[in-house]
Amino acid sequence: MKSDKGAISQEIGVFRQLACDKFALIALVVLFIIYFSLLFADFIAPYSKDFSDRNMSYAPPSKIFTINEHGKLSLPYTYSYKREFDPEAMQVDYKIDRSQKYFLKLFPRGEKYKFLGLIPCSRHLIGVAPQGRLYLLGTDINGRDVFSRILFGGRISMTIGFLALFVLFPIGLLYGGISGYFGGKVDTLMMRFAEAVMSIPSFYLLIILAAILPSNMTSIQRFMLIVVILALIGWAGFARVVRGMVLSIKTQEFVQAAQSIGASKLRIIIKHILPQTTSYVIVAMTLSVPSYILAESGLSFLGLGIQQPDASWGNMLKEAQEYINILYRPWLLTPGFLIFIAVLSFNLIGDTIRDVLDPKSRVRGS
Amino acid sequence: MQMLIYILKRILQTIPLLILVSLISFFIIRLSPVDPLAELKLNPSISKETLQKETERLGLDKPIYVQYFLWAKAFVKGDLGICSTGESVAGKLKERIPNTLLLTTLVIFLTWIVGIPLGILAAIRWKTPLDRILTVLTSIGMAIPSFFFAILLLIFAVKTGWFPVGGLTSYNFNDMNFSSKIWDITHHLILPTTVLFTISLAGLQRQMRANLLDVLDSDYVRFARAKGLSEFKVLYKHALRNAINPMITLLGFEFASLLSGAALTEYVFQYPGLGRLILEAVLKSDINLVMASLMTGAIMLILGNLIADILLIFTDPRIRVKG
Repeated sequence: MKSDKGAISQEIGVFRQLACDKFALIALVVLFIIYFSLLFADFIAPYSKDFSDRNMSYAPPSKIFTINEHGKLSLPYTYSYKREFDPEAMQVDYKIDRSQKYFLKLFPRGEKYKFLGLIPCSRHLIGVAPQGRLYLLGTDINGRDVFSRILFGGRISMTIGFLALFVLFPIGLLYGGISGYFGGKVDTLMMRFAEAVMSIPSFYLLIILAAILPSNMTSIQRFMLIVVILALIGWAGFARVVRGMVLSIKTQEFVQAAQSIGASKLRIIIKHILPQTTSYVIVAMTLSVPSYILAESGLSFLGLGIQQPDASWGNMLKEAQEYINILYRPWLLTPGFLIFIAVLSFNLIGDTIRDVLDPKSRVRGS
Repeated sequence: MQMLIYILKRILQTIPLLILVSLISFFIIRLSPVDPLAELKLNPSISKETLQKETERLGLDKPIYVQYFLWAKAFVKGDLGICSTGESVAGKLKERIPNTLLLTTLVIFLTWIVGIPLGILAAIRWKTPLDRILTVLTSIGMAIPSFFFAILLLIFAVKTGWFPVGGLTSYNFNDMNFSSKIWDITHHLILPTTVLFTISLAGLQRQMRANLLDVLDSDYVRFARAKGLSEFKVLYKHALRNAINPMITLLGFEFASLLSGAALTEYVFQYPGLGRLILEAVLKSDINLVMASLMTGAIMLILGNLIADILLIFTDPRIRVKG
């Protein structure tokens, strides 16, 4: 058993280690920037997630000029695109329309939104005059700004993993705790069930659960159900490990003490045994966030997760399934790189935390 | 003899597991609001009699537990029903399972050949620049979403024209002679294998490194060194044998995660495997096909674990004594 003092010094150790490790530090900064921009997405994004200009489907990213036509340095400005149909090649081309310059403005007025969901506001971080269009990362098939949608989609992609964990961990802890503490037939039965769930390839189970969702749901309902489904995939493996830990914890004296003063079984499990697994739970949580981000993106990529018109990084990549898009419209791939960067950052931080909390690796590290 | 009993016991244990798996999948699918015959009813080439026969076979007019027993009886007999196109499910599975097995075994083989030595190397050169570089590379490998990596490789294939995009065979496969048939399949396999290989290599290398580091820290290795054995002997005769055992247990899990990971990769590359089959079945809500491929996936997974356990008996004498 660890004393409180030990736990505190351990926490300090985690932070010190995170600050010392160059990779982990960079990862922390990257994640901070990502979450910060997602929090202020309404303000940073030039457009809202549903703003669409039907004449501008698949427009390439706006070119931003800082040197004007006379070869002199100028404030950054951009031109709008003109849509032209090339009858010979049978395709739509976007040409730069040089008739009108649009200077980039800081804090221009744009669509109305609620700052942090509370304060009504219409200023955006950056933008151009209302007649012009600023597409930092081009547009998608409906003429929606990819950059803005990445910010709004990130809100879903980067939080869904955490939410799933908050559903999954109580279930896994309680299941594993009961199974381990009661032992005997209860244990055998509960563990056989968990093993059976684990024996179904997780991705198969995931897509089947997602596919049987009724289609007439609001986007909030769908989001919550996807969270629950993600949680249903992971609890079994987690419960098994918790059960193993409970088996060894329940033989200790403080559990016998609690039993002798007549504490109920559930109370012993929740109040006395499960708190002992905290450090494992923290490690397991940080290490499994990325896998849920990946699972959500995969599900949405297949069209079974978050649905249009809502954005998530996975469903934005759905358009990248077509050859034409991946060859001629590479800006549609940006969400993929963001998933990669986010998952990589979580992994690097998770590695460092494990190094600190896992006593074995700490022995080697010193 | 003892070993045989152990293996037999282990095989018998999988039966209740399979029954539980079938119960779980059956109730998940049947309790959903989807009509199991909706697709069949929409297909004009399916006759009324066939529909009637399917309704009777599935017992759709009877209570759900009766339906389960009817389904289970038919499943054991190998009668899996028909899918929404009217083909037999069993035939479809027979066509797809070898392809998925080919892909996954190839990937496991390659990851072991490359991952184990790299893990050993990283453990021996622990905390040197080489170890650091390998750690960074594996972090990158673990972070790429499989479908995104597959898309990037597709771009590469389309731009260079070096690799065929999609499928397992070319359109003129049947006219080829034996050697060019093999070359054709290999050519199609390169890209999907690369994706799955990159993703599963990282985990394997890390596990091997961690295991070997653990073992190298133990008393018997210290004793072997103190005895004056050469480093080579310490490593390959004492440490490695113990470090490899947990890897064999991992083999079963690796197989499981590969089955899952392969689904998305198969989807992007249009590879005719089990993963893509179940995906198409799910999207079309083709219940017979979903149920059958779910069970097939589970059986393959359980078999993978079983094989790993049996292999472990041969490599780890402790189990033999206990068993």
